[in-house]
Amino acid sequence: MADLMTNVGGITSPNPFWLASAPPTNSGYQVQRAFEAGWGGAVWKTLGDPIINTTSRFAAVSYNGQRVAGFNNIELITDRPLEVNLKEIYETKKRFPDHAIIASLMMEPKRERWHELVKRVEQVGVDGLELNFGCPHGMAERGMGSASGQVPELVEKQTYWVKEVATTPVIVKLTPNITDITATAEAAVRGGADSISLINTINSLAGVDIHTWNTIPNVDGKGAHGGYCGPAVKPIALNMVAECARNENVNVPISGIGGISNWQDAVEFMLMGASGVQVCTQAMHHGFRIVEDMIEGLNLYLDEKGLSSVSELTGQSVKKYSNWGDLNLNHQIVAEINNDVCINCNKCHIACEDTAHQCIDMLNDEDGNPILRVREEECVGCNLCSIVCPVDGAINMVEKLNDRPPMSWNERERVIQSLTVSKSS
Amino acid sequence: MNVLDRLKENFDEVEQALSKQEAVEESNRCLYCYDAPCITACPTGIDIPSFIQKISSDNVYGSARTIMEANPVGASCARVCPTEELCEGACVLNHSTTPIMIGKLQRYATDWAKHNEKVLFKRGRPIDRSIGIIGGGPAGLSCARELAVQGYEVTIYEANEEAGGLDTYGIVSFRLPKAVSRWEVEQVEQLGVDIQTNCKVGEDVSFNEIQSKHDSIVLAIGMGEVPNLHLHGETLEGVHDAIQLVKSTKKDDLPEPLVGKRGVVIGAGNTAIDGATCAIRLGAEQVQILYRRTSEEMTAYDFEYEFAKQDGVEFRWLTMPTRIHGNDQGKVTSIECVKMALQEPGEDGRRRVQPIEGSNFTIEVDFVIKAIGQNRYIDLLNEIGIDHVNGVVRVEEGRFSTSLENVYACGDVTFGEGHGEAMVVTAAEQGKQTAYRIHEHLQGQARTFA
Repeated sequence: MADLMTNVGGITSPNPFWLASAPPTNSGYQVQRAFEAGWGGAVWKTLGDPIINTTSRFAAVSYNGQRVAGFNNIELITDRPLEVNLKEIYETKKRFPDHAIIASLMMEPKRERWHELVKRVEQVGVDGLELNFGCPHGMAERGMGSASGQVPELVEKQTYWVKEVATTPVIVKLTPNITDITATAEAAVRGGADSISLINTINSLAGVDIHTWNTIPNVDGKGAHGGYCGPAVKPIALNMVAECARNENVNVPISGIGGISNWQDAVEFMLMGASGVQVCTQAMHHGFRIVEDMIEGLNLYLDEKGLSSVSELTGQSVKKYSNWGDLNLNHQIVAEINNDVCINCNKCHIACEDTAHQCIDMLNDEDGNPILRVREEECVGCNLCSIVCPVDGAINMVEKLNDRPPMSWNERERVIQSLTVSKSS
Repeated sequence: MNVLDRLKENFDEVEQALSKQEAVEESNRCLYCYDAPCITACPTGIDIPSFIQKISSDNVYGSARTIMEANPVGASCARVCPTEELCEGACVLNHSTTPIMIGKLQRYATDWAKHNEKVLFKRGRPIDRSIGIIGGGPAGLSCARELAVQGYEVTIYEANEEAGGLDTYGIVSFRLPKAVSRWEVEQVEQLGVDIQTNCKVGEDVSFNEIQSKHDSIVLAIGMGEVPNLHLHGETLEGVHDAIQLVKSTKKDDLPEPLVGKRGVVIGAGNTAIDGATCAIRLGAEQVQILYRRTSEEMTAYDFEYEFAKQDGVEFRWLTMPTRIHGNDQGKVTSIECVKMALQEPGEDGRRRVQPIEGSNFTIEVDFVIKAIGQNRYIDLLNEIGIDHVNGVVRVEEGRFSTSLENVYACGDVTFGEGHGEAMVVTAAEQGKQTAYRIHEHLQGQARTFA
């Protein structure tokens, strides 16, 4: 068995699976149940000034019968008194000394108020702090959450204020509701953050009820934008994590968040630079017990890869994440249809014919059986056919060797430029 | 609950309907194939991926319309089609997981339309041409629907109390409730089709009279009752015709129960299975199917065979009845049989059978159900003077025209002697095609007259 011990910017936990700051970490009862189930850490639901929540609060997006493909909420930070939360954090930490408890904090952008909150929270023995600069709804209207998280100067300044008094590691949680997340990531690092976590939820409206014309969710007939998360946001989150990981100015560990539903997702985030991951929606969908498979699956995967520690995964794929201009334009793959496996649904044909490059023909073999065949010379290797194919192994994208040397767009531009320069000189 | 009420429950539809959630989940499993083989496998060419996709998007109305547009008896076919030999058998998922439950989804969509009393089609702009259709079964209804949609004046002459033919009277209620067939008839009536019931051609109205009233005639009279066994004792009380028995169970009141009685069914086609399962559901204690060949040669569908076995029907292969015995009151008491031996295959490829001498034995019975095929309306065909072979009306392939001018024929009346297949869905398709041929013909005429 590999070592799953995880260290995210100075915060250690028995495994990389933390519950994100959200409804699952609202109380000591819940966090203790989570630790019993096997979660390595928990980011306590955000502490701050008192708020009032609405009913209803959640909505989910189903896709072709798959429930909770995406999840949306308009719930705010904790609605329980600070002292109650602190008491329960103390009790939970006492029962689970090896598990990571991180307090998520949100405060108006005032130095003394941040100082006051940090001190009170650290007194009860948390392992770290996570600054919630990401919540996109409710708190933002009051100048907190994503409202301050979208302004690099505010991120830097508030991180700095916290670091002035904090004795435990500080994670800055970033909002994705910004054009370039590395701008705020860099600001957090400048402010002294020990690590960053991303992404928080994305501005969203889950839907409109086509029968009542109400928003989904709605509160007494009215709706407001919420925060989107769950499996649907994973690609967005993964890109943002990767962009931070490959940015040399963002030289702090990353806690990956966004649609992580199983151990495979966690591995992907870690390969793209995360030191640990945070999960919420999947737990809200199925309960805390999902962590058992996450731990076991990760363990078996590490064994299979011959890795002794989960930390060896972190960042392995980052160097493979590049810019479009650096991709080899002379590399060629083509679709290859395995007619023994193919079930003749013809989805590849119609996808290619209508929406790609018209290179898959519906034919009959010598015995008159229907077959599909790729005209390789027309195939651009776009992957669409293999994406829509419902049967594993029926379509493989295979490399087509050619005698052209690797050449990226940037290299090509450089060559053209040098030719132009030599001509004009 | 009294015995009759209890028995009545036996005739409730056996197959459970899909719930909305089940239907949506199943519809989401459909791959939505391009040039889908299920469409090709459906004799009426229903755009199956399209109707399934409409279930998944909660456009059930549109789904029902897609089905019924291609198949005017699509609600019945959802229940009686041998789907594993047709659409579901062709589903590409047979090669990877399990085929889509196309029949059940078709039932879901058509049930929805029926339950919500949706009008699916409207009569076309009236055309001053009149078509008389003899027989209101699947072929006749289907033909009438397509003609009415075009705008023709259509009259159906139906011998029974209600139209629907086989769907209404010939298929057991626990597989196809009468209300389903009745709804399909109503769909046709709503288009302004005049359905004259209790109107038997040759008795209540003459063929000549019909001919004089219409521009074209469609003969869609189907098949008749079970032929005679030519056995001694055939006329005894307690000897039933399977088709009549099934028909009697589709009336509002059940026929006399068979509680505690024992009997046999002669034959092993789908009608024999229907007769046997009806007898069981009427309370019979023991029902045995007697067949002179074996399960290999039996013409009943596999699922029908399985269904009968689950109902407790027993099968006695290689058994041929030779004589039916009765008592003083003229009631059947026993049936004498002889064991058969299989021989080499004959010209038709089916193995011949030979009685084994001295193997005679007797089964004590309270009833005997005959199910050895169906008679043809030979007398009527002769009276009309139409070309036929042993009651199978000869039609020009693909044109449905007969030896008489402006007289077309489709459905079971043209089935047999090596032509076609006796399925409801085939009859429906033939009815449609006949309507198109008539339309082409009359349109051509209209141009000539202009």
